[in-house]
Amino acid sequence: MNTKKLSLLTEIGRNAILALWAIFALFPLFWMVLITFKHDAEMYTTTFIFTPTLENYKAVLINTNYFKAFFDNIIVSGGAVLVSVLVGVPAAYALARYNFKKKEDLAFQILSFKFAPEILVILPLFMIYQKIRLFDTHIGLIWVYQLITMPLLIWVVRGYFEDINVEIEHAAQLDGYSWYHVFLKILLPLIKPGLVAAALLSFIFAWNSFTFPLLLSAFKVETVTVSVLKYLASDTVHYGQMAVAASVSALPEVILALIIQKHLVRGLSFGAVKG
Amino acid sequence: MGIQTKISQPNTADTKQDKYTKIPFLVKARPYLIMAPSLLLTIGIMYPFIAAIFYSLTNYSFRSTSYKFIGLDNWIKMFTNYDFWHAVFVTGLYAISTTGTEMVIGLGIALLLSKDTRFTKILKVVLIFPLMVAPVIATLIWQLMTNNSVGIIEKFLNIFGVYNFPWSSSPKTALLTATLIDIWVYAPFVIILIVAGVQSLPKSPFEAAQVDGASAWFTFKTLKLPLLLPFMYIALIFRLMASIQEFGIIFALTKGGPGDTLMNLSISAYTKGFQFMKFGESLPYILFLWLIVNLVSKFLVGKWLLVQKQAAGH
Repeated sequence: MNTKKLSLLTEIGRNAILALWAIFALFPLFWMVLITFKHDAEMYTTTFIFTPTLENYKAVLINTNYFKAFFDNIIVSGGAVLVSVLVGVPAAYALARYNFKKKEDLAFQILSFKFAPEILVILPLFMIYQKIRLFDTHIGLIWVYQLITMPLLIWVVRGYFEDINVEIEHAAQLDGYSWYHVFLKILLPLIKPGLVAAALLSFIFAWNSFTFPLLLSAFKVETVTVSVLKYLASDTVHYGQMAVAASVSALPEVILALIIQKHLVRGLSFGAVKG
Repeated sequence: MGIQTKISQPNTADTKQDKYTKIPFLVKARPYLIMAPSLLLTIGIMYPFIAAIFYSLTNYSFRSTSYKFIGLDNWIKMFTNYDFWHAVFVTGLYAISTTGTEMVIGLGIALLLSKDTRFTKILKVVLIFPLMVAPVIATLIWQLMTNNSVGIIEKFLNIFGVYNFPWSSSPKTALLTATLIDIWVYAPFVIILIVAGVQSLPKSPFEAAQVDGASAWFTFKTLKLPLLLPFMYIALIFRLMASIQEFGIIFALTKGGPGDTLMNLSISAYTKGFQFMKFGESLPYILFLWLIVNLVSKFLVGKWLLVQKQAAGH
């Protein structure tokens, strides 16, 4: 009888702790979306029950340049991922399939870019970008974003290549396929799910990037992460609009994360953990 | 599933050539050629790093166009400055308090999630949401939540008779607030890595332990923990390296304030370089940080390879 009671108690305890954690993790998101529908006047007086309004959305999406920032973010992050895929996938293949001198050194060199302090890159780059006129441009940001997207893509995709049995390639070569045919027609389709997941995850990281766009661009190119800061700085605080700006930038990522859920652990650990 | 070592795999396409057959240059150079564009793009952007070392030896400033070589002056000035040692202290305190808490919470929640029920299955999916939110946006959300006039947490605390809790505006609670936000964003990272570890655990040793009548604590200490250790190291490496350099959360929260409460090395370098325009003076701060990151990551990666070997059976 006692053991039965005890196991029931541990079950209740387990679920209670998990529920508390779930509230901590998810309530802020719920509350943020909730107050996007709230009038500024009602912010101070009500908590959960109020008359919903779309005023905040109108104010942010139509009357400010938030939309432009949103599209700038898409261009810069999407561009960065595209470049990384084009040059990173072949590199990942080389690292997976060839034995060559200094191979691991090169691989770790690429990984180390991920751990380099961003400010260290930014301080000198700030100057250089102004000299070569890449400051405050899409291309400038796309280039520096390679430090975010490239290591992730190369390391994760390398793992997917290594998962494919090399015999498949040999068989195709015997059938008379040239190496680029093997690469395009046989290998790429095989790693496609992993590649798409890695690309989407590096898109999320690029999208979330803050330090690079804050310091290496100014007025012409502005990302969402930087533009929300304005809502903190302004004297008249519109909490509802602040929430709209935050929600609109955060929700696409939550959806992307749901799509790549199965590959997430592998991507987040740069291929070290095959979840 | 499981951890993967990055040592050269046996299944490489070009099997070892005979020493005496001459390999055409293009074949030998192929891997380098394939990798060249990616290396050019990343190393091209790393050129600034070399420039950083050079400029740290000059009195370069954004205010004037001319500068001169001043040797180690900037470095000596940094090491004899109270601000620097304070920044080192804040950097360490922030890194340890955030990473430490995240590791403990991550392990705990991951173990609680290890029992498969409908509830835990849903949680494994939805708990990662905060991780996808940009840290700056997360900071914004928490500033709204802790706001003393409209914040939901303030209203909640009012029930218990606590009014105007200072959060990020007081030196006493600023670190706590930043840590809370960091945990909210990054604890899910640790959780899902260790959950992946739990899911990869082999069944038979645990069944054997149960048959032998080993206590739950004994099984955990001698069996589960060593097998989970490689996963925990991966989480630790990623989290520690990032939290040592944290910029976004602190910048969006207080820009290092109140006073110098949250001035870590990243924020100090930013403030010196961009606020005070003293470019040459700011560089030693961030180069020092880079050195620390490098040393710590080398040490931890070595440790990880070791525990991985041990988990695989010595």
